Amino acid sequence: MSQSTSHTADDVRFVSKSDYLKTLTSLRSEGFEMCADLTAVDYLTHPGRTISPEVATQISLERFELVVNLLSLSQRRRVRLRVQLSESDPSIDSAFDLYPGTEAMEREVYDMFGITFTGHPDLTRILMPEDWVGFPLRKDYSQGNIPVQFKGAAS
Amino acid sequence: MTTTENLNKSSAPEIISAGTSEGGQELQLRADMSNKAVMRESGAVLRMSESQVASLADTQSEDQTMIINMGPQHPSTHGVLRLMLELKGETVLRCKPVIGYLHTGMEKTGESLTFMQGGTNVTRMDYASPLNNELVFSMATEKLLGIDQDIPERAVWIRMMLSELNRISSHLLFMATNGMDIGAVSMMLYGFREREEVLRFFQKVTGLRMNHNFIRPGGVAADLPAGWRDEVLGLLDALPQRLAEYEILMTGQPIWRERLQGVGVITRDEAIALSTTGPILRSTGLAWDLRRDMPYLRYNEVEFDVIVGSYGDAFDRYSIRLNEIRESMRIVRQILDRMPQGDYRIQDKKVTPPPRGRIDESMEALIHHFKIFTEGFKVPEGEAYVAIESPRGEIGCYIASDGSATPYRMHVRAPSFVNIQTMPLMMHGGLIADAVAVISSVDPVLGEVDR
Repeated sequence: MSQSTSHTADDVRFVSKSDYLKTLTSLRSEGFEMCADLTAVDYLTHPGRTISPEVATQISLERFELVVNLLSLSQRRRVRLRVQLSESDPSIDSAFDLYPGTEAMEREVYDMFGITFTGHPDLTRILMPEDWVGFPLRKDYSQGNIPVQFKGAAS
Repeated sequence: MTTTENLNKSSAPEIISAGTSEGGQELQLRADMSNKAVMRESGAVLRMSESQVASLADTQSEDQTMIINMGPQHPSTHGVLRLMLELKGETVLRCKPVIGYLHTGMEKTGESLTFMQGGTNVTRMDYASPLNNELVFSMATEKLLGIDQDIPERAVWIRMMLSELNRISSHLLFMATNGMDIGAVSMMLYGFREREEVLRFFQKVTGLRMNHNFIRPGGVAADLPAGWRDEVLGLLDALPQRLAEYEILMTGQPIWRERLQGVGVITRDEAIALSTTGPILRSTGLAWDLRRDMPYLRYNEVEFDVIVGSYGDAFDRYSIRLNEIRESMRIVRQILDRMPQGDYRIQDKKVTPPPRGRIDESMEALIHHFKIFTEGFKVPEGEAYVAIESPRGEIGCYIASDGSATPYRMHVRAPSFVNIQTMPLMMHGGLIADAVAVISSVDPVLGEVDR
């Protein structure tokens, strides 16, 4: 795990996919009781992103990045984890057993980015219709060019 | 389909291009699910203890339970929320909220709007507290620009006043809808009446009742209009008496108490585990309010109390919101005393368009004005997460910028979206009539849930 403080002065940590659950477990025992937010970014058209040079040498940048914001109510501080996920295998362990509040957030990330969470109890689409094809927040999912996909609509 | 099959299917690579299977969102019949899957769903999703889960084993056969749909078109669902309820008689066993009916891809839209235009987008998410949405978006943008410490004092205090008044109007709307859901229909009229008076003030200040786009990166769109102080004082003088009426109409009334006390109970640990924030978390007795615990704007300079409950039930949540109106009024009074003079937006040529008067006399000012409103301003590369306390809990904005004038990714952590997860837990074991009280006490705004 490499640690850096970005220019925005947040506590940001880069975690590898294999260390993800381990890191969450140790942070949880450090007092980060709540997972405030879990989302993802598709860096397809901006692969460089913002990373300090020393961190850049330690991790390999991938297309998808999972962004997890943990909150410590007792210590009144936040930490943000950034996990790199490759285009060929966009999957990661589910944080559900540690933070049950991530259930809907992980479903949303799956729905919007197609990132799968191993061990999630109910990984289905949450915002889009069940039979929707494609993942809207991916950068290669263009706006306006897709025929409207609704069941039974006159075409 | 059992949960295990479902998982195997979704982790297989071909699902990436093929989408999900049909029917994945349905609440499965007990008979169609393996014992293990039911246990997992009940124990894990509902966060019940082992012994509680074990007691569910009694309800095995399918003729004892019934699955019914509530919504999406139901007067008490505050919009288009659909609940699938598994009932045994009149008792709710499992519940699954199905959302997405209002999904319009606002986070995707946000990627093609400039930082200048972004406010018009986020303000439509939580339409009951639009100013808080604008505030969090503006604060995230300012953090990326590195100007978050340079916002003029007057702009900060105007933002704070509008944010608090918005909290009042949002909680008044809750009073109205909560009353209507429980059956006190006259309360709906009173709540909307008082809310309208706050909205009238917003209209005077911003030009619109809702969806203001008034708080913008760099400050606010305009200075407060003449006579604003009297308007606010008028509101503050009228409200206490109305709130006292609510107390008579609802708080002390036996029917009201019967309907809410002990209904939809959630404990502190469960609320934290489910990432719940806002009045639901505070109803469990935990005094967590970002205004006090992680102060932003000038909340560290005003005096107010964080209202907490003790039972974590629907009555506590009603009571907390009612008293938070009073605390917000207390804050607004202090703001009236301390409202400083000065600029209402930052004098940073990069972010702020030139004043209207300059456009008539200077070609450069005209070009500058045109450029800012068409192309927007460039925001340095980076990513930032900012969270503030909205009437519903922690609203956060995560922006990743690639150095252009539009956000590379704009994500809003919507409190209603997260808080809706508590519904299955709070409804479990209660009567179906109490389900309505539970939905109401969560106070979800579906525009924000679905974004």
